[in-house]
Amino acid sequence: MTSKFAVSLAVCAAVMVVAAISGELVVQRRGIPNRVTILYWEKWTGAEGEAMRAVVNNFNASQNRIFVRYLSISSVDQKTMFSTAGGDPPDVSGIWQDQVCEFADAHALTDLTEMAKASGLTRNYYIPGYWDPLFYKGKLWALPSTPASVALHVRQDLMPPDANTPETFPKTIEGLDALVDRISKKNPDGSLQLAGFLPSDPGWWNWAWGYYFGGKLVDGDRLTINSPENLRAFEWVASYGKRFGNKEVQSFQSGFGTFASPQDPFMTGKVATEPNGPWKANYIRVYRPGIKWFAVPFPHPADRPDLADRSNLSQDVLVIPRGAHHPKEAFEFIRYIQRQDVMEGLCIAHTKNSPLRKVSEHFFKVHGNPYIRLFDKLARGPGAFYPPQIGILPKIQDELNVAFESINAGEKTPKQALDDAQHRLEDQWRIYKLQVLDK
Amino acid sequence: MNRRRDARIGILFASPWIIGFLVFLAYPVVASFVYSFTDFSILRPPRLIGLENYSELVRDEVFYKSLVNTLVYTLGAVPLSTVVAIALALLLNTKVRGMAFYRTIFFLPSLVPMVALGTLFLWVFNGDYGILNDLLRRIHITAPNWLGDPAWAKSTLIMIAAWGCGQAMIIYLAGLQDVPIALYEAAEIDGAKTWAKTRCVTLPMISPVILFNVVMGIIGSLQVFAVPYVMFPGGAPARSTYFYTSYLFDNAILYQRMGFASAMGWVMFIITLLLTLLSLKLSERHVHYEAG
Repeated sequence: MTSKFAVSLAVCAAVMVVAAISGELVVQRRGIPNRVTILYWEKWTGAEGEAMRAVVNNFNASQNRIFVRYLSISSVDQKTMFSTAGGDPPDVSGIWQDQVCEFADAHALTDLTEMAKASGLTRNYYIPGYWDPLFYKGKLWALPSTPASVALHVRQDLMPPDANTPETFPKTIEGLDALVDRISKKNPDGSLQLAGFLPSDPGWWNWAWGYYFGGKLVDGDRLTINSPENLRAFEWVASYGKRFGNKEVQSFQSGFGTFASPQDPFMTGKVATEPNGPWKANYIRVYRPGIKWFAVPFPHPADRPDLADRSNLSQDVLVIPRGAHHPKEAFEFIRYIQRQDVMEGLCIAHTKNSPLRKVSEHFFKVHGNPYIRLFDKLARGPGAFYPPQIGILPKIQDELNVAFESINAGEKTPKQALDDAQHRLEDQWRIYKLQVLDK
Repeated sequence: MNRRRDARIGILFASPWIIGFLVFLAYPVVASFVYSFTDFSILRPPRLIGLENYSELVRDEVFYKSLVNTLVYTLGAVPLSTVVAIALALLLNTKVRGMAFYRTIFFLPSLVPMVALGTLFLWVFNGDYGILNDLLRRIHITAPNWLGDPAWAKSTLIMIAAWGCGQAMIIYLAGLQDVPIALYEAAEIDGAKTWAKTRCVTLPMISPVILFNVVMGIIGSLQVFAVPYVMFPGGAPARSTYFYTSYLFDNAILYQRMGFASAMGWVMFIITLLLTLLSLKLSERHVHYEAG
């Protein structure tokens, strides 16, 4: 062996060792001596991630027993699941509310019921629409980090004078449709220039359309994907393809930038109204400051006044994966976030409403969204709803996205698309019950 | 004694590969076969369910949809990539000044990472402000919505497949340089022009290389994943770009159905094996080996 070769080999070995040690340092539970270090995985990056990091830093400074190590990672849900299976999960993980039942069914979560009760966290402490979806099969599996409700955002400058205030904006779906017909514009070549409303923008809650028409997706143990109410909702969705032309809509949509950019269609003025959460105000402030907008409850069908003020609730949640090394300390950290002052600070930083029943006047005063009271009211109101508590919810959402896309592309009628989704999901639900729920 | 010692040393030096092979390939292959007969959701021990995963596959319409998508993609991408790679190799085999530069330039695209490639083509094929549609409009061609229209989405991916044909091109180029000049000279004496020389000399002489690249292309296309995953999340629009490996990935990673995903993996293995054997069988009459 020549000396050159030996040196090269040694250098290669040294590089590998350094890489291995550095990699381990990044993910290990190192913390402060004499403190219990808990590992917290969260999905957020950017400003939202920094806001949570500030909360973590404050918690770490507030006591000398626990040290929280915050790690912002992608695909946090999948990684939490796999690390739990591997027996080395984080102590706290920030996943989405929609996954709670699936994770609970998979035995991937720690039951928080007793710990929550012992620390005074009960249903009375929260807005019911945020507490109830976290309570599944008689147990509490998660607690909120930041929540949201959804309202219709309206570009004031694109509205005609008789609909340019929250008070004068149409209250019914039929009124919205008539307004859309009035304000939408096409180019001389037939392509869309401005759409008054598009069901595909932002396209995040295709599972929810039926709820705005009085439908639901699950009734007891039965899936009701193709119920008359859901069908009516998707026929309304399809009417927009007919109104503007399916091809024109597809082409128009392809020019939309992402929501976190100045090319967002609401910000560029390509779409005049858009259902979205309270965080939208933050993005508008960052990417298109100065545009005039307001928020109103999503309109209801004219023949169903009882469906006024409907709003779908969603939330980011904190869970303790099964097998976490320090569940008690992890819960102590989660409990800290549930404190009214801490929660309000975090929700202000994320421009979201609070999940807590009690909200200070200060919260509304300093909040970055001028319509935060509306979002708060919608979340507390009788029209608030959340996704069904069923372990196959991610699949239901996937199938309804496919149904939506098929309808939007004009490939299937709403009935065909929903029947197909119903058929497929019934089979999936049967298998899930058999294999996961042991029924 | 020395031979034994040499063998031991040889095995020692090869041990990283042997260990890697056993741990990361052989064991997972065997395990996935066993798991394919179980209900295995990662967090619970696998439970034997016989052929249930396979019978579910037979009933599953998304399985067929993803399989058809993958086969259509393979049928489009492999011939297109082959033609483009051979054409480029023929061009790069000519005697022109600065050929090393051209060879480098044409090979470079195949070095672009898949995720970057997907992101790049999201811009190129954007229906509204993509550069391709802008060019088409300038020459008064009605530009399709490449990414948003289910009828065009797969074609878009097939075209993108040609972008990464640099590896195949290099192999063709090596094959072309092995073709004996004497054959071309003989063909010229017989009055053959360029196309005739290509058809009657070049292509038959590089036919083993074509076969190799086609078989590798088929195997690669059946496993297409990264670019569609980046460009068309969830197989949008309406599952028109939902490929076999995406469905396998979703079942394994998103829905934690490892048993079902393992069964999918084995079905794909059998399909790949059959298509490879079919290619080899069909090639018997068309591939010419110098020794044969």
